[in-house]
Formats: sequence, C-alpha cells, structure tokens
Amino acid sequence: MSSPGSTALTPTPAETPPPGRPAGSARKAADWARRAPLMPALLFTIVVTQLPFVVTIVISFLDWNSLRPDRRGFAGISNYVEVFTDANLRASVWNTLVITVTVVLVSLVLGLLIALLLDRKFFGRGAVRTMMIAPFLVVPIAAALLWKHALFNPSYGLFNGLLTSIWRLFGSDNPPQPDWLSEGPKLAIEAALIWQWTPFMMLIILAGLQSKPGDVVEAARMDGANAWQIFRYQTFPHLRQYLELGGLLGSIYIVQNFDAVFTITSGGLGTANLPYTIYQTFFSAHEYGLASAMGIVVVIGTIIIATFALRVVSSMFKEEVSR
Amino acid sequence: MSTATAPVRTAHVATTRRERKARSMQPPKPLLSLLAWIVGFLFVAPVLWMVLTSLHSETDAATNPPSIAAGLTLDGYRSFLSAGPEAPLLNSLMASVVSTLIVLCLAIPAAYALSIRPVEKWTDVMFFFLSTKFLPIVAGLLPLYLFAQKTGLLDNIWLLVLLYTSMNLPIAVWMMRSFLAEVPVDILEAASIDGAGLLRTLVTVVAPVAMPGIAATSLICFIFSWNELLLARTLTATIAGTSPVFLTSFVTSQGLFLAQLCAAATAVSLPVLVAGFAAQDKLVQGLSLGAVK
Repeated sequence: MSSPGSTALTPTPAETPPPGRPAGSARKAADWARRAPLMPALLFTIVVTQLPFVVTIVISFLDWNSLRPDRRGFAGISNYVEVFTDANLRASVWNTLVITVTVVLVSLVLGLLIALLLDRKFFGRGAVRTMMIAPFLVVPIAAALLWKHALFNPSYGLFNGLLTSIWRLFGSDNPPQPDWLSEGPKLAIEAALIWQWTPFMMLIILAGLQSKPGDVVEAARMDGANAWQIFRYQTFPHLRQYLELGGLLGSIYIVQNFDAVFTITSGGLGTANLPYTIYQTFFSAHEYGLASAMGIVVVIGTIIIATFALRVVSSMFKEEVSR
Repeated sequence: MSTATAPVRTAHVATTRRERKARSMQPPKPLLSLLAWIVGFLFVAPVLWMVLTSLHSETDAATNPPSIAAGLTLDGYRSFLSAGPEAPLLNSLMASVVSTLIVLCLAIPAAYALSIRPVEKWTDVMFFFLSTKFLPIVAGLLPLYLFAQKTGLLDNIWLLVLLYTSMNLPIAVWMMRSFLAEVPVDILEAASIDGAGLLRTLVTVVAPVAMPGIAATSLICFIFSWNELLLARTLTATIAGTSPVFLTSFVTSQGLFLAQLCAAATAVSLPVLVAGFAAQDKLVQGLSLGAVK
C-alpha cells in the first residue's frame, strides 16, 4: 500500500525488453528470469521423486533376490507374469481398494453430518471443534498402537472393559468379550482410520459451509423451501467441491497407508494392503525384482485413477484461476 | 436499492434470519447442541483414555473393567524417559524442522514464479507437482534403500531430511501459490515503479498475504514429517531412528506395557497436538492445500 495514487498502466519491467539488445535474446533472457525461481524446486522434485521410479523400472526386469546375489540376471517379463498371477497380490489390491473406499466414504459422510452440527452457534462450539480435531493430531503410529493395545485388546482393552462395566450394571457376570481384531480385522483397521480421518473431512466441509453466502439461503427460505430442499439444492451443490477436495486428499493418503496395517494386524488375517505387501517383499522376502514389478504395477494403477481424480481438481482449479 | 436504506435492511434480515432459524429447527436447538457435545466427546475419548492410561500404574492400566478412578502416577513417563527418548525426539525435530525450512526456501520462489510473475504453462507445472503425490512412496523405496546403502547414507538423518523435503515440497508449492495468488499485483507493480525497494515491497505488499500462508505451510510440513513412519523405519536404525520408529519399541510380548506405551504415545503426539490446537485455522488452510481460506 506504499503508493495508492500511482497507476498500474505502465508495463512492468519484465514485459519491456531492455533497450540496446535484440528483442529475441532479451525475451529469452526475460523468460529464463521468470523461470529461475521455479527451477530449484522443479529440479529437486524431478531428481528425488522421478529418478527412483526409473531405477525401479530397471530392477523390475531383473531376477534379483538379495539373498542370492550370484543369480542376478535379466528376467524379462517374468516378474510381471508373477505379479498378475499371484493370489496374494490380487488380494492386497482388493484390500487397498476396500480400505480406501470405505474409509474415505464413511469419513466424508460422518464429516459432513458433524460439520452440519457444528455450523450453528451454540454453547461451547469452539470446545467441541477442538475435541473433534484431536484424533487427527495424534501421530498415526501412536493412534494405531492406541487402538490395537488400549482399545481392541480382548482382555484389558477399553471396549471389552466397557462391555464388562455395562453388563455388571445390569447384574450380569457374563459380558460378551469379543476378540475384535480376529473377528473383524479389516473393520478394526477401518475404524481406527475413520476415527483419524473424519476430523479432517469435517474441517474442510465446515470451512466450506462457513464460506456459503447466508442471504441466498434466506431468500430460499422466504420462498418457502424446507430444510431438506435448501440442503439438496443449495448447500450440497456449494459443498460439492469441498467434498471432492476432501475425498481426493483423503484418498491420496489412505491408499498409501502403512502405519495402521503394519501395526494393528501386521498384514495378517487377510488385511495386507499394497504398501504393506511391497514392503514385505522387499525386506522380508528380499525379492527385489518382484517387489519392483509390483511397485510399477501400483504406479500404473495409481496413474489411471489419478488421471480421473486430477480432472476433479483441475475443474476446481480453473474456477479459482478465472476468479 | 439506495445506499441509505441498505444498513437498515441488513439489520432487519439478520434478526428475521435468527428468528426463522429458531423456528424451523427440527429437532429444537438444545438437543442438537447436546448431540454435538456427545459426538465431540466420543471422538476425543480415545485420546483422553490414552492420557489417563499414561498416568496409571501398569497394573491399573490393564484391568477389566477399566479402573477409571485409579490413583495417578508418573511411572509411565519415567519408563518412557528411561528408555532413552532424547535421540529419537531430536532426530524427529531435526528431520521435521530442517526439512520444513528447506521446503520453504524452495517453495516460496517457485510459488512466486507460478503466481505473481507466472511462467508460461504454469498450470502444467502445478499438476506435475501434484501428480508426484500420487506416486506411492513404497514403489521408490528399494532404489532409495540401495542408493543409501551405496553412499553410506543409511541410518543418517540427512537422508530423511532430503526425503521429507521431497515429500512435502509439492504440497507446499500448491499452498504457497494459492496464498501468493492473493497478492494484489497492481500494487506490487506500482510500488516497484514508484521506486520502492524490493525489501520494502516485500514487507509492505507481499508479507501481509504471504505470512499466514508460510505459517500454514510450515505447520502442515512439520506435522507430516513428524508423523512419517515407512521411510524412517526402512532407512534408519539405531542412530537416526525417529520418534515413530521409537514408539514401536514399546510393545513387548511379555509383561505389562500399556501405561508406558500410552505415556510414549502421548509424549510423541504432544508437539503436534499443541501446534494443531494453537493454529486450528492454519490447519484447515494447510490441509486443503490453501483452497480454503
């Protein structure tokens, strides 16, 4: 705000070629001057994130088990054949999809309902919001350990402890004491993740609700729209991009989840997801070639899904740019 | 609508809105508020249980039914402290803070070149950055491991600093771009034409818009680095192990460990809990990559 009186009509220095030099090279220099601040970040990202994948592609065509280094050699596509015929890997693809879709959808629905509850003035609203955020701020591995040992444990976990307390309250000495982890291993992982991700969705949706212009709702109400109609035709369309954003970001992180599967079930009981399976193939089975082929298949699958997902962001993004 | 009547009209709408809202609410307000309180309590309950258990003795922590009113003790925290948490905590602090600083140094100039004075095809660059977040870390893990083994960087905290920087940089570029896009460009240009120095322009025009963005970006990068387990577990061991790796060592197959596990989990989560509670709005801005302001 140093000079509110001056005009912005004069061209900026970057757009004016410096005098005394041919326009072509000056323009090139100006282009590079523009690009210069971007280069360190771009080069860093390319080197650190893209290079390892190139190496992974190379290794995926090798027959390489680190326990038998003498047998390293070219394997052709045999690793890929194994990937597509391996029942374990198919199971972990399925598990990854089930866990991601369940956690993202349930967190979104719960997050939406809770955000609607919190989008009103009431006593202690700030306190309730703070309470709601807490699960997201617990370190994920700590949360997974907490759920496994302090909540799910069949003999001293809080869940069975509360069942005992409630049954005693009604004079029964024979409360149900389910072994949560073996009876519903996938549900157990999903419950812990939903607990952590619902606050995330709630925060984004609540921010969306609060950015909604109130007078439009008022006008609709005056026109006789009921609460459901207002939600269906005004609130929901407005929230759509926030729901999509939450779904997209949640998916990015939950597809890659390692902490919960690694801790709660150690990939057992049919819960191994892709990150866990690849981790195991690397560091327990030492099958470097096979694990790399799995990694490449995962990357290709992710690219296909991401292309659709990015379309979602890009529509939001264009909206923002045109604003 | 003349400007003179406008304030009166808004005031009127404001009162009727409140009245109408009160009338149309089904079920009545107190019930919904109570429900909000109950839901909030259910979500925070496991965290409270973790803290309460961390303050119980090992025997009280492992009872069924739970001994909620048992006496409090700091034994859990004593066990945690005697297990040598200093090195892992310092490693985590170092990896999170240094990588966040490097991320800021790289992301802010990049965001400048993507918003205030954008390069050609800057949207493509943005999508390249975002697309790297879709690549599963685990698929690049083996080359990283082999690279670290060859260069002697295995179990070295600087390797984690480097990897956390690359993990958070795309997010930071998106966030900082969305904040810098709010800088009024005409004022920026006007200031430079008026001969205001770069420093003065930065302080008076860019900083007010960029500072909240930098705060939100730092918070998110710090949290994600502090929480990371897979890379730390794979690429570090005894020297450079971070707090999440250290946490997994509290689970033993024999004996009671619940109180000290909860103490360790509470202690390791504390920095994130404090930072997140203190900056709730920054948290929302950061988590939505700056899309929500």
